[in-house]
Amino acid sequence: MSTQFEIQGLKSSIEGKEILKGIDLKIKGGEVHAIMGPNGTGKSTLASALMGHPKYEVTDGSVTLNGEDVLEMAVDERARAGLFLAMQYPSEITGVTNADFLRSAINARRGEGNEISLIKFVRQMEGKMKELEMNPEFMHRYLNEGFSGGEKKRNEILQMMLLEPKLVILDEIDSGLDIDALRIVAEGVNAMRSEDRGFLIITHYQRLLNYITPDFVHVMMQGRIVKSGGPELAQRLEAEGYDWVKEELGIVDETVGQA
Amino acid sequence: MSTPTTSFGREAAAAISRSKNEPAWLVALREEAGQLATELNLPKPEKLPLTRWTLDQYGVSRPGQSVTTASELPAAITALLPEENSSALIVQHNSSVIFTQISEELKAQGVILTSLEEASRNHEELFRKHFMTAYSKDEHKLAAVHAALWNGGVFLYVPRNVTIEAPIQALLFVDDAEATFMPHVLVIAESNSRVSFVEQVASSLGDAASTLLHNSAVEVFAKAGAVVQYAAVHQMDSSAIDIAYRRAVLDNDARIEWIVGDLHNGNSITDTKSVLKGNGSTSDSKIITIGTGSQRMSLTTQAVHFGRSTESDMITRAVMKEEATAIINGITKIEKGATKANGQQTEKVLMLSPKARGDANPILLIDEDDVKAGHAASVGQVNADQVYYLMSRGISRKEAERLIIHGFLDPVVSEIPLKGLREQLHRILERKLG
Repeated sequence: MSTQFEIQGLKSSIEGKEILKGIDLKIKGGEVHAIMGPNGTGKSTLASALMGHPKYEVTDGSVTLNGEDVLEMAVDERARAGLFLAMQYPSEITGVTNADFLRSAINARRGEGNEISLIKFVRQMEGKMKELEMNPEFMHRYLNEGFSGGEKKRNEILQMMLLEPKLVILDEIDSGLDIDALRIVAEGVNAMRSEDRGFLIITHYQRLLNYITPDFVHVMMQGRIVKSGGPELAQRLEAEGYDWVKEELGIVDETVGQA
Repeated sequence: MSTPTTSFGREAAAAISRSKNEPAWLVALREEAGQLATELNLPKPEKLPLTRWTLDQYGVSRPGQSVTTASELPAAITALLPEENSSALIVQHNSSVIFTQISEELKAQGVILTSLEEASRNHEELFRKHFMTAYSKDEHKLAAVHAALWNGGVFLYVPRNVTIEAPIQALLFVDDAEATFMPHVLVIAESNSRVSFVEQVASSLGDAASTLLHNSAVEVFAKAGAVVQYAAVHQMDSSAIDIAYRRAVLDNDARIEWIVGDLHNGNSITDTKSVLKGNGSTSDSKIITIGTGSQRMSLTTQAVHFGRSTESDMITRAVMKEEATAIINGITKIEKGATKANGQQTEKVLMLSPKARGDANPILLIDEDDVKAGHAASVGQVNADQVYYLMSRGISRKEAERLIIHGFLDPVVSEIPLKGLREQLHRILERKLG
């Protein structure tokens, strides 16, 4: 069955302040959706709420992945169900090597008694790291500790590649990347595009979309998706900014939170 | 709990010494220390009163059974040995050293590994020049008791320019709760030598009703340009008290690396101190501990800078569970004249229970202007963002916390120089963190 991801009327608050004011979005396997919008309109909140960050309270709406209620699941269950969020600010964890972490994550998905063999795992990890032009020594470095911004982002993509999720959310994966790293990250994402995998790409800039061509582009403002279109919408936003959208829809500036 | 106390003083100390046929100068030394033991007060660890500790039960001499080959060692001891076929191994069982093994190759290079008791007879000059000079018998009552009653022990001598590749192992094991168990480790590394020493303290005391006092000391002397790595893993039953005063004295350009797992299950006082006497000497101390049950611990690391351009770094990491208490002190002292010295320290405490207590006290005492010194201390719980991050990859909360807690200790665990001991350490951590 091809992946079906559906968000209906999703509302979310942080510390009592409503950030998401009703999001509707359907993503099918094989599709790439981009969400764009000015800073502080709730884009990253959407990503965190979908993943289940404890700080974000979902107050209304539903989210399903292949018919399963995502909001009922704990964070780790969401991941095992096939959700993956490449984070804007990945945590650094001392003492846990990248390899140990990834093997734990893969095995968590495979379940007890079905653990991946060490040799197979190492071979896979080395292969993917090569594709992402990562230094092999990062395998045994502590998770994200001392990584540059770009290295952290590559490491997020590495995790995505090894965990083979059904629905991938990329939260500002392009921020802090130079043009080479951007190309490598985009190639990694493109290599993962397939009929049974959907993508939700959150970005502030159109730049990333030169490398990853979306099927749908959505504009988010004030906690809602206010406009949807094809790749040409992203190009117009890049060229003309967001003011014309506001004008067209009669939106008065008011930020709802931090991106 | 009433515990039989061995009355103890000058006479008792001398009697012990004579019973072992020790040289007259050592009888006198023990006698003097025995006298001091009756006069001096207990140490006063920061925020940790010792008033209810049983520190006056010294036990009686219960020598272990000496053996000549490793295969004859008791099974309980063999099970604890991290590496088979060690090129250098010494084993203390209860009140005496029962086994010493050193390869012909090391012997040919002039390396000496014997019990400290034997060294007092065969290497008098080296012994007298160093023993209890870095850890003075008049520091406090525990030091005096140790100087009077020490038994078994390890003497390691590394001649100048000799590099020893494989770590020297010492296993100090007690399974008789009534035994006097007070080993003293004396390491002398001559100029430009290199050695790695691994000390393991373990017990099997069963349901002993009495308290065992492990009143131990380590003295390391690193002469000019020598590099000594000293790894210690302590874990005994909760009925034992672990007292470990560790001292290193560094000459010019010498280096000490302390890698310590203070993982005892009962009350403990440990104090790991480097004296950076020579110019350009350096010290690196890494210490981990896990507090469980209702144990009380005082863990101190110290670096005292005398020499110019000396550097010290001290890291302590503690995981506190249940109702355990740990008072963690880091003391960096830079004396007048120690120009261009650099002393850094970090204490981190991870609290896993609201009833546990972990105090981190960084102390900088600086009497020289032209120096660098820094400290960082933190006490906190498992980081929620880190747990979220790991869970977002499908790892359960329990496993995520386990990874983070073990990871917290890994910077020390991964430095342990013996693979077998590292694995043992992992098992100890699993058990204590379980």
